[in-house]
Amino acid sequence: MSRWIFLGQVLIAGLGMTSPVNAQSTVYIPAILELSGAGAVSGTNFRDGMLLAIDEINAKGGILGKKIDTPLLDTQSDAGTSRAQVQKVLDNKPYVILGPVFSGSVLVDMLLTQQAEIPEIVGGEAAAITQKGNPYVFRTSFGQQFSMPKIANYMRDGIKANSVAVLWVNNDFGKGGRDTFIKEMNARNVKVVADISTESGQADFSADVVKLKGANADAIFVYLNEEESARFLREARKQGVNKPLIGETTLLGQKVIDLAGEAANGVRGHVGLTIDAPIPAVQDFAARFKTRFNYACDHNGIKGYTAVYFIKHVTEKIGKFDSKAFAEAAHGITISPKDEPGILMEATWDKNGDIDRISFLGEVVAGKQKIVETLPKLGK
Amino acid sequence: MTRLGGILVVLAAAAAVAAPFFLKPFGIFLLSTWAVLTIAVIGLNLTLGYAGQISLAQGAFVGIGAYTVALLTPAGVPFPLAFIAAGFLCFVIGWLLGYPALRVQHHYLAFVTLAFTTLVFLVLRNEEWLTNGIYGITGTARPNLLGWKTGGARDFYFLCLGTLALLSLATWWMLRSPWGRAFVALRENPVRALSLGLDTRRYTLMAFAIGSSLGGLAGALYAPLVQFIEPNSFSLGLSFNLLLMVIVGGSGNFFGPFVGTLIALLLPEWLRVTQGYYLIVYAAAVMVMMAFCPTGVLGLLERAVRALSRRKVTRAPALTGGAGP
Amino acid sequence: MASFIQLLVSGLATGAIYALIAVGFTLVWQTSQTINFAQGEFVMLPAFFVLAAMNSGAPFWLAAIIAIVLSALVLGILFKVVIVDPMLKYGVLPLVISTIALSLFLKESVKDFYSSQAQPFPTLVPAIDIHIFEAVVSTQSLAVLAVAIVTVGALKVLLDNTRLGRQMQATAQNATLARILGVPVRRMVLYTFLLNAVLVAVASILVSPIYLAKFTNGETLGIAAFIAAIIGGFNHVRGAILGGVILGVLDNLSAAYISSQYRGAFPLIILIVVILLRPQGLLGRVEERSV
Repeated sequence: MSRWIFLGQVLIAGLGMTSPVNAQSTVYIPAILELSGAGAVSGTNFRDGMLLAIDEINAKGGILGKKIDTPLLDTQSDAGTSRAQVQKVLDNKPYVILGPVFSGSVLVDMLLTQQAEIPEIVGGEAAAITQKGNPYVFRTSFGQQFSMPKIANYMRDGIKANSVAVLWVNNDFGKGGRDTFIKEMNARNVKVVADISTESGQADFSADVVKLKGANADAIFVYLNEEESARFLREARKQGVNKPLIGETTLLGQKVIDLAGEAANGVRGHVGLTIDAPIPAVQDFAARFKTRFNYACDHNGIKGYTAVYFIKHVTEKIGKFDSKAFAEAAHGITISPKDEPGILMEATWDKNGDIDRISFLGEVVAGKQKIVETLPKLGK
Repeated sequence: MTRLGGILVVLAAAAAVAAPFFLKPFGIFLLSTWAVLTIAVIGLNLTLGYAGQISLAQGAFVGIGAYTVALLTPAGVPFPLAFIAAGFLCFVIGWLLGYPALRVQHHYLAFVTLAFTTLVFLVLRNEEWLTNGIYGITGTARPNLLGWKTGGARDFYFLCLGTLALLSLATWWMLRSPWGRAFVALRENPVRALSLGLDTRRYTLMAFAIGSSLGGLAGALYAPLVQFIEPNSFSLGLSFNLLLMVIVGGSGNFFGPFVGTLIALLLPEWLRVTQGYYLIVYAAAVMVMMAFCPTGVLGLLERAVRALSRRKVTRAPALTGGAGP
Repeated sequence: MASFIQLLVSGLATGAIYALIAVGFTLVWQTSQTINFAQGEFVMLPAFFVLAAMNSGAPFWLAAIIAIVLSALVLGILFKVVIVDPMLKYGVLPLVISTIALSLFLKESVKDFYSSQAQPFPTLVPAIDIHIFEAVVSTQSLAVLAVAIVTVGALKVLLDNTRLGRQMQATAQNATLARILGVPVRRMVLYTFLLNAVLVAVASILVSPIYLAKFTNGETLGIAAFIAAIIGGFNHVRGAILGGVILGVLDNLSAAYISSQYRGAFPLIILIVVILLRPQGLLGRVEERSV
């Protein structure tokens, strides 16, 4: 159980030095993540993907000859704690900060990091994050303002739906997605006939399925977290819902397919970041992750992994550890797996810190995710 | 209060005033958080330690206070007014909640307040038109009081510390008053208090309402401190944490909240050495603490001091003829 | 009409789960004044015992037995001896704090030492969907209902018709008097804890195929147990059943017909109303308030 080895390593490390500014041979890139509380699944996935990348890079000598030093700070999924941790970290003059994943924590941290002019590579998907005019925030996954239009187009052109129902989880992830989705639907003149919220951790979806059946929409957009997606799919299958179920990344993930079993077949949707993508580099990463951590990561793991390689590449490009120069160079940069295999898929960052990358339309067939179409980058 | 106790308090106060000059911004932020949360814990201590009522609603009151300030100050209401409004609103809500709720047995109050906290959370989350819902409210400004800009870490800390001092003094004075002594009587021996003609229900209700308003005042400072508030911060987790701070410090002890909050805030920081496992160690530490000193740290100290002074007395030779304290 | 029946049936199934968990909670409270805030995590944990045993190679039936035994040891005996006994003399509050800390301890331990991800869990009965009166219910839910009914029946027989059961009841109603009458009170209290541990283990094995084993499962289940126990009535096992069923059905009906955003509010409002107007619950006996 690698967890126990990890614990041993950590105890030894913890008993050693705790001061990060221990000098010349390391670069201080702290990670502020949700390691407990409601966001623990996302945060721990991001952390593990990140750790995999850091170990790989450090094994090859680090960035510009310096090993990466990444202490982990837990926000406890609370914005106030997150702010305290950012303050602590800023006192020690970091180069770049990784995380958090929860959009609320990201927004409050940004107030401080922007002032301190330290770049932050975050996992939050809320549209607002890149709309505040902060030149120091970057992400390695689509913001909801990019993923939702793709889904919306698919609804209108692929499914040819005139009316949709949306089922969403009532946290900032789900609400943000639902708000953006409805905006996109209205812009395309597709009627939203049912708007159903569910609770995080909910197990009984019979009431929601009953409402969905009553609404009789042409298609149903499902925006839940993983276990809830699985439970919903089972209930929908049980009650005989026969309208297309459309999702965004999570719904078509292998994790949900495993948990939902047969009920997942027929689900379709947009897939932004997934270990199921038909790209050898991604598959390879997924295998390495599984070997090291003993579970299959979700898209947060990929976010963490590519974030570290993003930092490495930009730093090597500018040739020094300069936070401001990093931010300037990162805007508009395109990184290809040819130059930086760790980036897994070619990506371009725009002036707001948002990422542009290919994505996929998929369908679940016979217990596996099948890629039906590859969508090009928006900016080509 | 003993002389030793008095000296300790003065020393601690001096340390609190001097500390920000030796600390980095993170340390100052932590101390400011300590000051703000202690206000809420003093309130809960009134309800729990003095009046003996298990309230799980304090987190909700902090939230109500925080949202009041976060919504009023951008609308142009000056901070001191919003501050008072927060306290007053929570007093009223506390009274209304306590009036029916305090009629039931103690453990039932825990569940009523638990339900109340969750209901408040649901309202804060769902009524987006008022509270901006799950997205929370960002950027509550730190107040500008008569020209004194409290935007900086150190300045805002002094605002929090000053408010804490003021409210502690007010609470101290209130407990010393004849009316406050009734609280203590309530806790020591409720049946006797009743027999002496005290309307226990009225006093308990007042303790609950005042405790709630202190929670609201703490929340009023919390909003400009963290500058981001969301419904999740004020749910059951915060109520449990505040309860923990009361117990760890010493429930019913006036200085308990100061000590308990400090320990509860610093312990996770000390334990961060254990990286991911600090919550497990923290939970275990709490359980151990409950088993060995349920009267809290101050209770333990009191026992220790008493044991020491007893030893001093018995050691003195029987010159006084007829020993005994 | 079909949807109403569907909601009712699904609600009954969910309610049966709550009821099972509430029963043990009630028993422990009655006999030892312990409000176990970790009850939800008690239901979450045995599923991981099963999974860990299966990872070591045990077949499901063996793993289940191992889990039940382990639960009895850890959540029954260890819990009582290490946490409850030392603190009971200090009053209710330190024990409440301890159980809250215990729930955090169990949750974080599972998250760190097993996994933060949801785990699929093998089912006792194959998952087939059955059509009853225009509603669809899965065999898993029926199994939960059946086991709940059998458990309650067995408990009733135990408590009313056996000497041991009557001794346990005596301990619950008035421990001092029971001791005077020669009832081995401490042993009875231990039995209650063991009973609770076995009940939660069974509930865990029944529930996890539907809920999927995850370290956060305890949060919602725990609160549901408290509400069910209080609504139904604390001093009656039957009260816990009624409370659970009401809770399950109410949640579904309010979510479907009133508001999905406030679905969590209705059980809480009922809780407050019941406590204020009829604190002994719907089926309970009145407890005298001391002061």
